[in-house]
Amino acid sequence: MGDSRGGCCPPMDLFRSEPMQLVQLIIPIESARLTVSYLGDLGLLQFKDLNSEKSPFQRTYAGQIKKCGEMARTLRFFKEQMLKAGLSPSAKSLAETDVDVDDLEVKLGELEAELIEMNANGEKLQRSYNELVEYKIVLKKAGDFFPSAQQSATAQRREMGSSQMGEESIETPLLQEQETSADLSKQVKLGFITGLVPRGKSMAFERILFRATRGNVFLKQVPIESPVTDPVTGEKTEKNAFMVFYSGERAKNKILKICDAFGANRYPFSEDHGKQALMIHEVSGKISDLKSTIDAGSLHRDYLLRTIGDQFDQWNLKVKKEKSIYHTLNMLSLDVTKKCLVAEAWGPVFATKQIQEALQRASVDSNSQVGAILQVLHTRELPPTYFCTNKFTAAFQEIVDAYGVAKYQEANPGVHTIVTFPFLFAVMFGDWGHGICLLLATLILIVREKKLSSQKLGDITEMTFGGRYVIMMMSLFSIYTGFIYNECFSVALDLFGPSAYACRDLSCRDAYSIGLIKVRDTYPFGVDPAWHGSRTELPFLNSLKMKMSILLGVAQMNLGIILSYCNAIFFGNSLNIWFQFIPQLIFLNSLFGYLSVLIILKWYTGSQADLYHIMIYMFLSPTDELGDNQLFQGQKKAQLVLLLLALVSVPWMLLPKPFLLKRQHENRRQGQSYAQVQTTDETLHSEANHDSHGHGHGHEEFEFSEVFVHQLIHTIEFVLGAVSNTASYLRLWALSLAHSQLSIVFYEKVLLLAWGYDNIVILIVGIIIFIFATVGVLLIMETLSAFLHALRLHWVEFQNKFYEGDGYKFYPFSFAMIEDEED
Amino acid sequence: MYGFEAMTFNIHGGYLEAIVRGHRAGLLTAADYNNLCQCETLDDIKMHLSATDYGPYLQNEPSPLHTTTVVEKCTLKLVDEYKHMLCQATEPLSTFLEYITYGHMIDNVVLIVTGTLHERDVQELLEKCHPLGMFDSIATLAVAQNMRELYRLVLVDTPLAPYFSECITSEDLDDMNIEIMRNTLYKAYLEDFYKFCQKLGGATAEIMSDLLAFEADRRAVNITINSIGTELTRDDRRKLYSNFGLLYPYGHEELAVCEDIDQVRGAMEKYPPYQSIFSKLSYGESQMLDKAFYEEEVKRLCLAFEQQFHYGVFFAYMRLREQEIRNLMWISECVAQNQKSRVHDSVVFIF
Repeated sequence: MGDSRGGCCPPMDLFRSEPMQLVQLIIPIESARLTVSYLGDLGLLQFKDLNSEKSPFQRTYAGQIKKCGEMARTLRFFKEQMLKAGLSPSAKSLAETDVDVDDLEVKLGELEAELIEMNANGEKLQRSYNELVEYKIVLKKAGDFFPSAQQSATAQRREMGSSQMGEESIETPLLQEQETSADLSKQVKLGFITGLVPRGKSMAFERILFRATRGNVFLKQVPIESPVTDPVTGEKTEKNAFMVFYSGERAKNKILKICDAFGANRYPFSEDHGKQALMIHEVSGKISDLKSTIDAGSLHRDYLLRTIGDQFDQWNLKVKKEKSIYHTLNMLSLDVTKKCLVAEAWGPVFATKQIQEALQRASVDSNSQVGAILQVLHTRELPPTYFCTNKFTAAFQEIVDAYGVAKYQEANPGVHTIVTFPFLFAVMFGDWGHGICLLLATLILIVREKKLSSQKLGDITEMTFGGRYVIMMMSLFSIYTGFIYNECFSVALDLFGPSAYACRDLSCRDAYSIGLIKVRDTYPFGVDPAWHGSRTELPFLNSLKMKMSILLGVAQMNLGIILSYCNAIFFGNSLNIWFQFIPQLIFLNSLFGYLSVLIILKWYTGSQADLYHIMIYMFLSPTDELGDNQLFQGQKKAQLVLLLLALVSVPWMLLPKPFLLKRQHENRRQGQSYAQVQTTDETLHSEANHDSHGHGHGHEEFEFSEVFVHQLIHTIEFVLGAVSNTASYLRLWALSLAHSQLSIVFYEKVLLLAWGYDNIVILIVGIIIFIFATVGVLLIMETLSAFLHALRLHWVEFQNKFYEGDGYKFYPFSFAMIEDEED
Repeated sequence: MYGFEAMTFNIHGGYLEAIVRGHRAGLLTAADYNNLCQCETLDDIKMHLSATDYGPYLQNEPSPLHTTTVVEKCTLKLVDEYKHMLCQATEPLSTFLEYITYGHMIDNVVLIVTGTLHERDVQELLEKCHPLGMFDSIATLAVAQNMRELYRLVLVDTPLAPYFSECITSEDLDDMNIEIMRNTLYKAYLEDFYKFCQKLGGATAEIMSDLLAFEADRRAVNITINSIGTELTRDDRRKLYSNFGLLYPYGHEELAVCEDIDQVRGAMEKYPPYQSIFSKLSYGESQMLDKAFYEEEVKRLCLAFEQQFHYGVFFAYMRLREQEIRNLMWISECVAQNQKSRVHDSVVFIF
């Protein structure tokens, strides 16, 4: 079906999707990987999953995929490590050295092991370093504590006398005993534990200690000013230094357990002053030693990470490619002999040669004895839809695809959208001042295209950037319509020569058009500036825009119907031409086509006829005399004929098609053998009796009632739609009116008002408000709303005339796509 | 408020209900389990799970996997989800969510106490604790010598404190009274949770009382079966049953005097909902009882999702996920130990 281009239309790349074919590739197993890799470079084949019933790990290349997953994990590990070290994978791409995957795997494994070992060593060192730092802090804090306690103790003792020495009073005497009365052996020997406890837990710690020992402890806590790195977790935490004094072995055990439970690190401490100083000295020495070791270690580690970072992107890409290759290979089915893989894939017809070249190259490069075989399969399955778009047309095609992907080889509305979409937008957004602003904004995007497309953009910027050419076209067209409406920020300028009208006398002034007389030739382009600000400006512009909207609407709907003809011709469906295209064309044009003719006639002749009246009484009393409303000779007769044609075309649309379809179906049933002969080329993958264009899929049951109801709905939709769709095009006028009125409000009520005050501050404020209102409301919000309405007019009013949009997109296996993907 | 939840529920609970229903949609299906059961190695399991919600949690695990890692990561996902929900929750939903974890807390307390009794390392024990049942000073439990100390030292600060009122004794801890403590705590916990749900009223009360009653009854049966042949007296046994549920009070009287499994069966078959469970088992068999109960529970939990505007879905979701993790653990264990024939023994399909 793809060989013959439609007779009515010249071959256009975008008008019909690329002719596709299902190809079968038989690839010898030894060259399979290379072949698929070359095909991925080419990126023009969409592989079909021939193993969909198998779960991922039952497939042939599950092992390799696992390997790739492992490599990807290693790379993620590297990335994480680099992030931690504050390095980023360098953007500079080294010379593309072709790395072998197995080598890469080994290399990655080695690097990972090295890095892990380094980390472990570093961690160990870091840990002991942190411990020492903590120890030092404890030494200091506890060292501070003892002398101060001693002092207060001596002071206390002086007060109380030494009588209480034997008692276990709460605080200081205990210390005193240890310090001074070593000879008193009957005294209970007090032990103590020093350490650090996280500040968040310190309260609970204290409470539990108290409960566990029934209050027989003395705990002293001192907060440490700066957060300390915890040796175990490696995180910075706020801590308290503590000191617990206790008596007895059992209490000690309990306290030790509690310390463990709270993650409180204990450090040995000596009461002796001299020893303390010695230890502090020792610890400081150790700390500086460790510090230099750690620094050296981390330097080495950074160096390693940097070398990894240099090649990271390349490796990452390689692994991703490799993984995608094996994913694709998993979709192929293994031949019975297990010597080759069989692939089925969709590809555009034009790519056959390229594919064959790739296959040949692969078999040569892999030293395979047998080359891969490519053969074209015939199938009844609907091929995917593939349009070769470029950066300009892509965004317009996106607009169409957002509604629905075109059926294979169906007429593509994307072609016309390139012009009609920006144009309809501009009809609603007609103001060349705003148009130029929009153009400048989008030109910035287009000029910096190269730079912007390589970097990651925000959500909204991304969208704007993607649609930059659409916006450019929209702004160009709105400059054009702006000149026609003669509006620049709602001000009318006489750029194309002076106005054709002038005042008859001095009394008329502006705001009246009655007193004007025509003194020169008609204003050469667009609306005469004399209309601006006059009392009749609105009625004039409304009438103009309203009629223009109807003309544009009828033209576009006719285009839609003509496209349905193109489709019918292309798919060889004469039923749709005779019983859908022709009555639809007649119906629409006998009513609204006629209205359009009347509008043009009225403009041309300057007649005062009332078009509403004509249209309404054409239905209500077609035989009445027209009187003043007559625009041309024989209008009454013409109207009668048109009315009759419209009435006839409704049953014409409704009735014959279902009956003819039914007959076709019955014929086919009787003459099955004929149908077989016609479709001899379709041998493989025979699924059903084949007639993909019509409504009757032979294999399916032909439900007459269903077909008839379907046709009924279509007819009603078209007949009612003709009226409502034409009315819908009036949104062009409405939005345009809204836009111009809004800009007038901002211009007059903000800018001119501020100007009137003759005060520089008010003027500046006024200008600022004007600029913000223009940008925010007129340029951004109005653009969005006009865009939305243009979208609707395309999707609903235009495309429902012909567009099926039930295809599916061509999604080739391509490395270019993988490179763009984010993790 | 009965019957009017629909008007006000979404003000506070709507977002989280949506979240929890979204999570529920991520539970593994029978097709997933079938695929998992066919796995040859733990790597296959990882590969399969990477296509599910567990993906991000497992993808960065280096290759020689262990069953514990799989389970740990899956639990981590559950915990993350729970914490997220708890952060977003307002009263009374946040209290409800906290109630869900008390069961784990009790288990953890018992685990640590039993562990220290058998002189195991505290750190090792802590790793085995369920992360949902962790509380600040849980490690300090190791210090305690008897119930009174246990309570006075540690548990008085935890939400479990009120449940302890019945089991404070000065006896030294041993296996027997730890088990009794567990069951007493559980009883008090279930009763408290039940009361709390009743207080919430509406569909929550209706659905949760059904789910909790089932839980209570299941525990009653388990206690009975486990205590057959031990020195636990009838009265003591009777004391461990929760004071609500389908079996309360007459069923409990009968269970209290049971001497073997068939008597239990006789007592239970009088209750239609449990008759179907017991009818699946042959006489004298109690091995498969757990699985039968789990299956019944899963069925009930799934039904909780059929109704909207109640908190039961949170409970049901947590329980279903836990069941799923149990399933994954069993499958991974079977795969790791090459016991694939036994894979289906203990897996409870959720959908």
